[in-house]
Amino acid sequence: MLSIVDIDRGTPEIKSETLVTLDIDGRSIRVPEGTSVMRAAAQAGIAIPKLCATDMLEAFGSCRLCLVEIEGRKGYPASCTTPVAEGMKVSTQSVKLAEIRRGVMELYISDHPLDCLTCPANGHCELQDMAGVVGLREVRYGYDGKNHVYAKSAQGEANPLFAAKDESNPYFAFDPSKCIVCSRCVRACDEVQGTFALTIQGRGFESKVAASQDNRFLDSECVSCGACVQACPTATLSEKSLIDRGQAEHSVVTTCAYCGVGCSFRAEMKGEEIVRMVPNKDGHANHGHSCVKGRFAIGYASHPERITTPMIRRKISDPWRIASWEEAIAHAASEFKRLQAQYGKFAIGGITSSRCTNEETYLVQKLVRAAFGNNNVDTCARVCHSPTGYGLKSTMGESAGTQDFDSVEHTDVVLVIGANPTDAHPVFGSQMKQRLRAGAKLIVADPRRIDLVRTPHIQADFHLKLKPGTNVALLNALAHVIVTEGLVDEAFVAERCEPAAFEKWRTFVAQDKNSPEAMAAEIGVSAELLRGAARLYATGGNAAIYYGLGVTEHSQGSTAVMAIANLAMATGNIGRAGVGVNPMRGQNNVQGSCDMGSFPHEFPGYRHVGDAKVRGSFEADWGVPLHDEPGLRIPNMFEAALDGSFKGLYLEGEDIAQSDPNTQHVTAALEAMECVVVQDLFLNETAKYAHVFLPGSSFLEKDGTFINAERRISRVRKVMAPKGRYADWEVTQLLSNAMGYPMHYAHPSQIMDEIARLTPTFQSVSFDKIDQLGSIQWPCNEQHPEGTPIMHVGEFVRGKGRFMLTEYVPTTEKVNAEHPLILTTGRILSQYNVGAQTRRTANVMWHDEDRLEIHPHDAEERGIKEDDWVGIESRAGQTVLRARISERMQPGVVYTTFHFPGSGANVITTENSDWATNCPEYKVTAVQVTRVDQPSTWQQRYRAFSHEQQALLDAAEMP
Amino acid sequence: MNVERLVAMVNDISRYFSAESDQAAGVAGVADHLKRFWEPGMRKQIVAHLAGGGEGLEPLAKMGVERLAEIDRKTIAG
Repeated sequence: MLSIVDIDRGTPEIKSETLVTLDIDGRSIRVPEGTSVMRAAAQAGIAIPKLCATDMLEAFGSCRLCLVEIEGRKGYPASCTTPVAEGMKVSTQSVKLAEIRRGVMELYISDHPLDCLTCPANGHCELQDMAGVVGLREVRYGYDGKNHVYAKSAQGEANPLFAAKDESNPYFAFDPSKCIVCSRCVRACDEVQGTFALTIQGRGFESKVAASQDNRFLDSECVSCGACVQACPTATLSEKSLIDRGQAEHSVVTTCAYCGVGCSFRAEMKGEEIVRMVPNKDGHANHGHSCVKGRFAIGYASHPERITTPMIRRKISDPWRIASWEEAIAHAASEFKRLQAQYGKFAIGGITSSRCTNEETYLVQKLVRAAFGNNNVDTCARVCHSPTGYGLKSTMGESAGTQDFDSVEHTDVVLVIGANPTDAHPVFGSQMKQRLRAGAKLIVADPRRIDLVRTPHIQADFHLKLKPGTNVALLNALAHVIVTEGLVDEAFVAERCEPAAFEKWRTFVAQDKNSPEAMAAEIGVSAELLRGAARLYATGGNAAIYYGLGVTEHSQGSTAVMAIANLAMATGNIGRAGVGVNPMRGQNNVQGSCDMGSFPHEFPGYRHVGDAKVRGSFEADWGVPLHDEPGLRIPNMFEAALDGSFKGLYLEGEDIAQSDPNTQHVTAALEAMECVVVQDLFLNETAKYAHVFLPGSSFLEKDGTFINAERRISRVRKVMAPKGRYADWEVTQLLSNAMGYPMHYAHPSQIMDEIARLTPTFQSVSFDKIDQLGSIQWPCNEQHPEGTPIMHVGEFVRGKGRFMLTEYVPTTEKVNAEHPLILTTGRILSQYNVGAQTRRTANVMWHDEDRLEIHPHDAEERGIKEDDWVGIESRAGQTVLRARISERMQPGVVYTTFHFPGSGANVITTENSDWATNCPEYKVTAVQVTRVDQPSTWQQRYRAFSHEQQALLDAAEMP
Repeated sequence: MNVERLVAMVNDISRYFSAESDQAAGVAGVADHLKRFWEPGMRKQIVAHLAGGGEGLEPLAKMGVERLAEIDRKTIAG
């Protein structure tokens, strides 16, 4: 079922400079060339009857309901498949057309149950609507003959055409008896999602929709994106939430709180209850598409484990005590003040989260700088994309990706390195797949055979299956080929880049030690493949690089980002559609949390705290003197806690005890602090070490903005009251007031006004403007009043592009006899980050435990079989997971996800980090893997501790 | 803070800047990086570690910290 508020114009919008004028029902209409007659009519307010057409899909022409008469043409052409022509005269209604349409509808209804009153689609069923529109008054054919409606005939014989409901998918039901075989679901799976899980099986009257090889939906290749459910014109595919709750009565546009794609959704509501989430057709990032998380996995927001009252305790071994907001805030503030009095101003700090809105992260950094009086504020981007900020700022002048997502539609060569878009950024992954199917070439650099390497109708031209930790060697080898084979875009470099830095770089990468031949063994990819990929990237037309945490989470993360920028600049692939450098941000608001100044050395807009002029502007606005030296980064905070100089921490929406590397080091640091204040939805892993718990609010409970991977600022809109009384920004404000620094915002829009006032790249941003434009890509200022889809056009933000030297420095994390395998970590489609949200939804049906993926050869050597328990040991720690034997891995490399806390993936990862930013080296850990028969010591301790903490929560006392 | 961790971090930084053919630029790079990104307490501690012999610091790292000490001294004096 489409959204309750969208107008469906039947076929997709066509963009053309040439306009065509035609006449429909006596009205003169002017539309772009290539537009269908159906859409042209819809634009003029004429709704031609239709069933198989919807503007989310290409025209199909199967239902024969949208027939029209066109002067001078024979017969009755389908308006969905007929393009407009100059001077065309169309009639959408006549006696004959009415007769044909009634005949068609009569046939449809003769094989459709007449249970409209109890049907979930009732009120928004297109079949029902069309029966009304064509004036269907009788159905002459009974159900005695062949039909798909009844399980048994009147004589009690089984009906071979009948198929029972498939309710295997946790989020939607498939009722084949209501299917009209319009193929909208099949086409949505192909055209929108690109998975090809659905097909029409059989011919003629036996045609039916089937998932994979006629499997149940849950057992099929279906990725549960829900595009088919949205496309279905009847109740054949319906959300279970719609079946349970009935039709929504209003709809609010908001932004998904999962990955960095930042899909726009319509939350379809009944009062304060969500009926369903429908991706917004007008959404600039997703154009009406979604994934299983955004559309379906929102149940966590109303999960019974949500904590909605503040709690306090003296020691972490004490039971929690329920407190009033006033008491909890006063307690937290007095503890922070006590710690500062006792241990000094710098003994406390705060951590912001990419899961929070811009307004919230902005307030937390303001609280730290203005109320705490230091710069000890950091964000979880520290552990994911901090190298992106450093690398892109150094080379091009701005800490952000260069393009919008739609740019990929103009790309000829896609280079994906260290990213897995079909799992981690599924909606953009689908858009990229459409472009690849339309002919763009593909280079994948990844240690694993990710899905994109070979997926229906897509085959990577090059899969550079490199060894983990050799990104910089690989990028240097590609650059070497480009420089030594004369593939540099000399004109671009001469005009746009610093000449001296370029010459230095050219000399550096041209050295033999950087050649594919010299580095092939180190990288684990043949020189021939490296040369082929470099030539394709440099000469294949518009080339765009998409990268993710497989680039940043290394000891040379920042170097790799700079090497990527160097490649793009050297080949002139910057500053227009189809090219660029695109960091795939992990969480919903990674870009925003960085933009909002939650780094210890930078104010909002990436300006150093040591810059007196910038600092002066904040001091004037905030009315307090501000510290001029960098504060502690997250890993520094841990070190400082362990040496006794850092005693108090305010965490908003971040779970460092699960997401940060070397868990035991992190928890030891938390235990060393005297006041840990956690503001979150749940008693997360970090909250088990907390002294004050403040209830957080979900994205459904507050107003604000998120910024996605393309710098797009989108609105988050409140659809229900905060379950714990306050939205997160209000909680920070309460804490600040209690600390003695007054904040008096009445609405998040006022916080954005302040951000705009103080940050040049946000100068013209306001809630009103976002409402008006739908979304805005920063920079948005006097020069770019409506935002900037593509950056560095004509000139780099820093003026001239600067090539940076990128010497390959192998990581110190090396395999040896004791730890002969490399562990790399990642994520999967159905789960999100630490899993706090998705583990509390039915998404666990796809992934209910983290597994260790291991190559058959490595498994055999160790006597490991599928499902065996295996111990994974590094120099940092040991954990136990079940094995999954997989040829996606290369021999010598094992892989796991970190979505479940008990898995302890980060018990194994080490303190190694990126040289420039301290982003952890999650992607390379030397390990040994052995068969075991019991959980690791850490896991046993973890279970006992979690059990104890749960008991302390259950024992929470009222004051 | 654990000084071994600080030493490892400065060494990591110096290995990036060792690609500079001009050593002076490499030293300046290390010092500037520490000045821009390290919290003053950490800077003080690494400078003190160098003063105490600088065990574990690689050559360029040593020179970088030495330069950092000069810069920080000047800032404090100025």
